[in-house]
Amino acid sequence: MPPVIPRLKPGLGTSLPLRALHRRAHASAWGSALAISALALCTCTPADSSNTLRFWAFGREGEVVAQLVQDFEHEHPDVHVRVQQIPWSAAHEKLLTAHVGGALPDMAAMGNTWVPEMVTLGALAPLDSLVHQSPDMDSTGHFPGIWATNVVDGGLYGIPWYVDTRVLFYRRDILARAGYARMPETWPEWREAMRAITRVMGPRHYAIYLPLNEWPPQVILGLQQGSPLVTPEGYGAFADSSFTRAFAFLVSLYRDGLAPPVSNTEVANLYQEFARGTFAMYITGPWNIGEFRRRLPAAMQQAWTTAPLPGPTGPASGVSVAGGCSLVVFRSSRHRALAWELMRFLSRPDVQVRFYRLTGDLPARREAWRDTTLATDREAQAFRIELDRAVPTPMIPEWEEVTTRIMDQTEAAVRGGASPATALEALDRDVNHLLERRRYLLARRAPDAH
Amino acid sequence: MIQHERAESRAGWMFITPALVLIGVFFVIPVLGALVLSFTDFDIYSIGNPADTRFIGLGNYRSLFADPLFWKALRNTAYYVVVGGPLSVVVSLAAALLVNARLIRWKPLFRSAFFAPWVTTLVAVALVWRYLYHPQYGLLNALLGLVGVGPIDWLGNPHWAMPAIILMSVWKNFGYNMLIFLAGLQTIPPQLYEAAELDGAGQWQRFRQVTVPMLGPTFVFVGVVTMIAAFQIFSEPYVMTQGGPLKSTLTLVLFMYEQGFRWWRLGFAAAVAVVLGLLTLAGTAVQLRLRRERVV
Repeated sequence: MPPVIPRLKPGLGTSLPLRALHRRAHASAWGSALAISALALCTCTPADSSNTLRFWAFGREGEVVAQLVQDFEHEHPDVHVRVQQIPWSAAHEKLLTAHVGGALPDMAAMGNTWVPEMVTLGALAPLDSLVHQSPDMDSTGHFPGIWATNVVDGGLYGIPWYVDTRVLFYRRDILARAGYARMPETWPEWREAMRAITRVMGPRHYAIYLPLNEWPPQVILGLQQGSPLVTPEGYGAFADSSFTRAFAFLVSLYRDGLAPPVSNTEVANLYQEFARGTFAMYITGPWNIGEFRRRLPAAMQQAWTTAPLPGPTGPASGVSVAGGCSLVVFRSSRHRALAWELMRFLSRPDVQVRFYRLTGDLPARREAWRDTTLATDREAQAFRIELDRAVPTPMIPEWEEVTTRIMDQTEAAVRGGASPATALEALDRDVNHLLERRRYLLARRAPDAH
Repeated sequence: MIQHERAESRAGWMFITPALVLIGVFFVIPVLGALVLSFTDFDIYSIGNPADTRFIGLGNYRSLFADPLFWKALRNTAYYVVVGGPLSVVVSLAAALLVNARLIRWKPLFRSAFFAPWVTTLVAVALVWRYLYHPQYGLLNALLGLVGVGPIDWLGNPHWAMPAIILMSVWKNFGYNMLIFLAGLQTIPPQLYEAAELDGAGQWQRFRQVTVPMLGPTFVFVGVVTMIAAFQIFSEPYVMTQGGPLKSTLTLVLFMYEQGFRWWRLGFAAAVAVVLGLLTLAGTAVQLRLRRERVV
């Protein structure tokens, strides 16, 4: 057994943006693993002719966008776009190593949670002046919360391409059996409905599935209570009263037997369990619309739908996270104007509709939502409502690591028996330790601002 | 005379210079670099602006020893080293004895078959083993089901995940050690066995009194190499479980990799590397000392 030098990075658990948390990645991860090793060998020689635009797109969208790009090339006969498709699992690492190695392409599509990090690295070109020149590209056509994820320190660094947020998927029939015609809109009513569901469904059935290794529910509940999660000064705000209220609510769902204290690796087949009624609700994202339609039995298709998330005090407080994928231009690019043209093309409502039809990814442009297939899609409506309310998670490079700490402490409180207060104090301690470096840099840069 | 010696030593230096340069450039300098890096807080912010890097002395080591995840990774690695290492040695010795036995036919076939896993790509192997370990459709659980043992969620259960990793990696890697043992076995003069047989030694006694002592140096080599590799276990858990479930297969190198290349805390990751290097050194020293006392 001589030492084996690892070369492959097929990480299912490597850093993925909110958008890419989905299980769909599972199916393709192995194929991807092989593809990456091939990629690692062959991305070294960019053919840098003056009108070649290099575009990195991740995941399945990378395959699909090649079709759209053909039309762009048709409209701009002198331009050649080279789309490089890279699996999500390798995306983050590849971006960072390419930045360090000076091998970034002209533009890319990336999870919007990565934008702050890439800005910190100085890798992204600001887009403000370009937007000024193209009135069709300003923020008015977009969902405000999603747009905000691309604004770092007052500068715009990305244009939303497709969007993602979390809503409630639920069994209408079970909710009806429990005496509810529709999903409640406030937390107290929501909890009552969950209680009623566990009463009518009996033992070994739960009202809601909140996997311990998924962070969005905790974060969403915190945002709904108005928690900043992380303060602008770089401290955790988890032991504050707002997040404490959210966390206490969450933990009570497990303690009262309304949610099973399991992680998603312990549920072999989510769709099967949902069809069986093991749980009646699940907080998840748009890719699951397609998955639920494909994987639930035909008889079950009228029995489920989606709803916007209930809020502590009603619909207005029922906010969710602003996820999605943004188009960015790299600072190192010598084709910024050309890249901007491609971004404008991909943002055009008709192209956005085509992209939606090809992928099922929800369009970032509001006009595209008038498209008949989308406007009449019952399950998509909850997303449209929630997208208007979506708010960004803290825009710091460390955010993703913060989410891992949130999950650790949730598990400590739910499975380890720690009191919510102790868990949140520990969480703040962890996060404060994590952000020590950020605070040092903030303090160091503060005098420069004058 | 002195002139001649000097010329000779100059020639000697010229011969080893290329090797020294290579070792210097690709080993000594990076190791020293990592050592220096481990005293800094080099991270994602430093990549953006190198001037933001600070020398923080033993700060990384302090936070490392205060990090429960590090201790968890250390325990998991120790588990792998203590269980997986000896198991691997025993299995490869058994396989070597088997393919070396006089009664066995088609020896080259068996040798190639046993060596095949070692030369196969880990990702391909891991893919197949994930099917074998599948809780519902896996071959392993189907076989266990035949003897009435309930299905085990091999890679999903925190208690079974590490044994599952060990099992796979022993199967994957025993071929290499087997070859070394085979080479060792073939250097044992047959006269020794004949003499032992004349003295009335049985199969087991011949193994205990002839084979094992004669394989002493081979054992030292295999033991040390296996232990070093075991300390560096990374690919198997990385591909199979990502360190999960519940961090039960998070090893030191995987921890280092995550710190370095997932969170880009390169200074901290370098500190992990230094600690791992010292641990491996200590393990090797202890093992060599033990062997010296017992075998020679």
